[in-house]
Formats: sequence, C-alpha cells, structure tokens
Amino acid sequence: MASTHAPGPAGLLTCAGLGKRFGAHAAVTDLDLTLQPGEFVCLLGPSGCGKSTLLRLIAGFETPSTGTIRLGGADITADPPHRRPVNMMFQSYALFPHLSVAANLAYGLSGLGRAARQARVDDLLRLVRLDGFGPRRPDTLSGGQRQRVALARALARAPQVLLLDEPLGALDRALREETQGELRALQRRLGTSFIVVTHDPAEALALADRIGVMEGGRLVQIGDGASLYERPANRFVAGLLGDVNLIPGRVRDRDPGGLTRLDTALGPLRARGAAAGEGVIALRPERIALSRAPSGDGPDLPGQVVETTYLGDRVRLRVRLADGTAWRVSAPTDAEAPAVGETVHLSYPPERAWLMPAAG
Amino acid sequence: MRALDRIALTCGLGFLYAPILILVIYSFNASALVTVWGGFSTRWYGVLVADVPLREAAGISLVVALASAALATVFGTLAALALDRGGRFAGRRVFLGLIYAPLVMPEVITGLSLLLLFVGFGLDRGLLTLVVAHATLGLGFVAVIVGARLRGLDRSLEEAAADLGAAPARVFATVTLPLIAPSLAAAFLLAFTLSLDDLVIASFVSGPGATTLPMRLYSQVRLGVNPEINAASTLLVGTVTAIVLTASWLTGRKGSA
Repeated sequence: MASTHAPGPAGLLTCAGLGKRFGAHAAVTDLDLTLQPGEFVCLLGPSGCGKSTLLRLIAGFETPSTGTIRLGGADITADPPHRRPVNMMFQSYALFPHLSVAANLAYGLSGLGRAARQARVDDLLRLVRLDGFGPRRPDTLSGGQRQRVALARALARAPQVLLLDEPLGALDRALREETQGELRALQRRLGTSFIVVTHDPAEALALADRIGVMEGGRLVQIGDGASLYERPANRFVAGLLGDVNLIPGRVRDRDPGGLTRLDTALGPLRARGAAAGEGVIALRPERIALSRAPSGDGPDLPGQVVETTYLGDRVRLRVRLADGTAWRVSAPTDAEAPAVGETVHLSYPPERAWLMPAAG
Repeated sequence: MRALDRIALTCGLGFLYAPILILVIYSFNASALVTVWGGFSTRWYGVLVADVPLREAAGISLVVALASAALATVFGTLAALALDRGGRFAGRRVFLGLIYAPLVMPEVITGLSLLLLFVGFGLDRGLLTLVVAHATLGLGFVAVIVGARLRGLDRSLEEAAADLGAAPARVFATVTLPLIAPSLAAAFLLAFTLSLDDLVIASFVSGPGATTLPMRLYSQVRLGVNPEINAASTLLVGTVTAIVLTASWLTGRKGSA
C-alpha cells in the first residue's frame, strides 16, 4: 500500500460542503473530505475545532445543516446510525456494563446464527489478544484491555469505514506508543479505512497516511505528514506540527532559482512558496545552521545566545537577533554548543524555509 | 462537643421514633387496655388474624398499591423519558415544573380535585378510582427518580448500540432499560408505599366495598383504640420500613455497573 493517495474525486467516503450549526455556533463549516479505500486519515486539531462533530456527522449521530455524505456512491446523509455501514469506537469506549465482553462483541452480530456469532466473537477476541476474556465483565478489565474490547466491538460488523474518537486518549504514555503501532498494523492487515480524531500531533504523524488539520470548524489543510510539516498552509498548521520560527516580511520578487525574496526586519531573506504582499516565513529550528564565524552559504544573521537546553540528542537554543526577536535553534550535540551570552552566526538553506500568506 | 452532639442526636431520633416504638411495644401488651401494661403477649396478633374486615381491607390496600404502583411506574417512566430525551419541545420547562407539583400539593387538595374529576366523569367511586388516584400520586415521584437516573446515564452507550445496528426499540430494550432497571424498581416500591400509607386521598375517592387498611384502622380508632390497632399498625410500619430500605438500597447502588 502506498503511503499517500492522490485524493481522487471518487473515494470511498465523500463529504461535500458539510456544515453543522448548533444554534448560533458553527461547529463544522463547508467541509470537503474524500477518503480512499484502505486509507488511514487523522483529524487533528485542538478541542472545539469541530473534529468530533465531523465524526458524529459521519456516524449519523448528528444531522448536517448543509452538505452531503456519500459512502461507496450512495447518499447516506439522511440514514439513521443503525443503517450506516460505518462503526465508531467511542472515546469513553461505551462498553455495555451489564453485558460480558463476549456479549458486548456479539451485540452487533444479531443477524448471524448462534454458531457463526460465537465463531466471530472468538476471532475478534484473538484479533485483540483477549482470548479467554469472553465471560468477564468490562469493569473487571484494565484500561488497555477495555480499549481493545471497544476496538474489537467496533470492528465486529466489518465496517467499510471505522471512526475512532481519541482511541488512545485514556491510555498512559508508554501504553499509548505501543498501541499506536498495533493500531497501525491492524489497519494495514484488515484494509479497513480508518478516520481517527486526535489532538496529539505526534500521534497523528505516527498513525496516518494523511492528516487533516481542523481549526474553527474548517478543514484548513490535508496532506501527508511531511507536506504539512514542510509546507504548512498557515501559522496555525505550522505551529501545531512542531516548533517553528515565524519571520514576517513583504514580498519583493522571485530570484532566478524560483525562490521568493522578502524584505524583513532582518534584511532581505529568501524562502520557497508564494505569497502576495505580506508574507510569513516558517523556519523549523533544526534547519538553522549555527556557527561561530559567518559562513558562506545563505544569509548571515548574527545573534546572541540567551538560553541553552541540553536534551540528549539535540541542544535547544534561543538566540536573540538584531531585530530583537528570539529564534529557536535546534543544534546537534556532536559539536560543542555555544554558551549563553556568546555571539553566534545563524544561517539556513533558503529552499528549506517556507513562505505562507500573512493572513490566517 | 462530642457529648453534646450525641445528646442532640438522641433527642432528635427519640422525638421521631419514640411514638412508633411505644406503639410497637404496646402491640405486645397482654392487657385489653391500651395504656396499662399487662405483661408480654402476642394475643392481639391472633385477634388481628381472626379479624375478617381488617384482613379484607389489607387485601384491598395491597391490590390497590400493586396496581397503582405499576401504573405510576409505566407513566412516570414515560414522562421522565419525554422530559430527558424529547429535546427542547415547547412547554418542556412547564412540564418539568408540573411533575413536581403533586409532590408538594396538600393531599386534601389532590383528593378533593380527583373527587370532583371522578364525579364530573360520572365514575362510580370504588377500586378503580382508588387505583387511578394513587397512580397520579405516585407518578411524580417515579418521574423524578427515573429522571435522575436517565440524566446520569452515559448517552454514548445508547449511541454505541445504535452504531452497532440496533433500531431504537432494541436500543431501549437491551441497553436503556437494563441500565435504569434499579431506579425503576426503587420508584415502583416508593409508589407502592405511598399508596399503602395514604388515608386522605383514599377517603375522598374510595367508595363502598373499597375500604383500604388505613381507612379501616382510622375508623376503628374513632371507636376507641385497642391493642389490635397497635398490632396492625406495627405490621404496616414493618412492611413500609422494609420497602423503603430496599428502595434506597436500589437507588444507592451504582447502577449495575
């Protein structure tokens, strides 16, 4: 399976012009999303950005105010939840407390005969490595075990699309990283399309083929992790995916190499990407080269070290530049790191800096 | 400070329960005089068992309590569901307030208004009017108890059931109902004791041939208290206490989770 898919017009699941208002509050606004078969998409954003509402719209728990949802070519916008071939894994797991683990897994299998149902439940228990847990009650399980029961129950009906609302949110950190790998492997093996809602950028990067960043009910940008990190659509996306230095400026012209030249408070600087009028350069801390003497390549930006933090694999520095702004710089630990107060020269390869529009 | 607390508590509890305790003690009085202790005896319980009109009244009370509690539980639960799940329908707040009204309404007024209603409809007063009146009395209590449980219910459980292909009726039968069952049982028991205890409303809406136990006891007391009344009252107090304890145990238990 390819790690990225070109979002073609005919996907498995298509949301078009989708909107949801609660009274005066617009939770989701004019949202287009196409999911390919077998694709793993993460919806990433802070709480209240509309990502959970979008999931609930697809599951059928909310009725959209505008737009349509199509699944495999059929319009399912008006279908109630129990008629949609999608399933959801809830953030709270929502395991039925009055039923055993096996009965929880069998709940969605009422169409099968007794023997077939039993066989399917056994398969599911094996799938999530909970053999022998069938007769147990959910409240006798650990958090990690409950999480796996919830996942197995959501997979029981072999949905075309599985929706997961913060599936790893309730697990502690060590277990979360282990479970990320398992979830990814399971999705690859089953070939089911997954839509995962998360507020954790690291989790989105670790899991997804494509990441959709949501802000204020809108899908701001969707793409694979690298394109979001390297070519963010705006400041919000740039800051969400990791540390970034933002340098505002006015676009002057293009250089022969196709890079855009800007006038900034630090003098003329260059970056990839295009903007009209005002623009902002996004520069990742690890792309900045740090030296004690001016280097020949790129711009030469002298500054003073105001803070250093040793992190083992990297050294984090804050360097005050001529215009008074402090840049974050991430330097490898193999060279001797400059001390606080020392004057250093910063530089960067212009093709690794990204220009975004100033607005947004 | 500790001692003072204990004295206050003893006085308070004594004030509440001493009369009942005296009633229970005197129900084991060998003497026929209520105020004179003539030694321990269970003779009045024997007299009680042999008292056919009293036994009939107890039977009627039981039938009325069971029937009215069942009606109150069904309709009270429906009211609670409508108020919790009906969305923001017009008049929801008014209905919510109206549910509480019978809880604080003086029983004389409830009884009188029901009497006027039954007369207006030309209904003969008897067992049926008694059941309807007591169901009305219990309905508000049921709606409040079941409503509290519904509000505490995790809605994602019902959503999960729907998500797994269950139509609304199956969601209710297999998820909602089992999870609110303890509160239904508690509400039923409370409605049952309310009916069993009631004298005022019953006096208004009951007719010939439908004399309840409290009515029978009250009419006997007017002719003079005898230890048989004490024995009957002791049994009634015991029954009600047992039921109320069961109900509070059911509501106090953490669902079935």
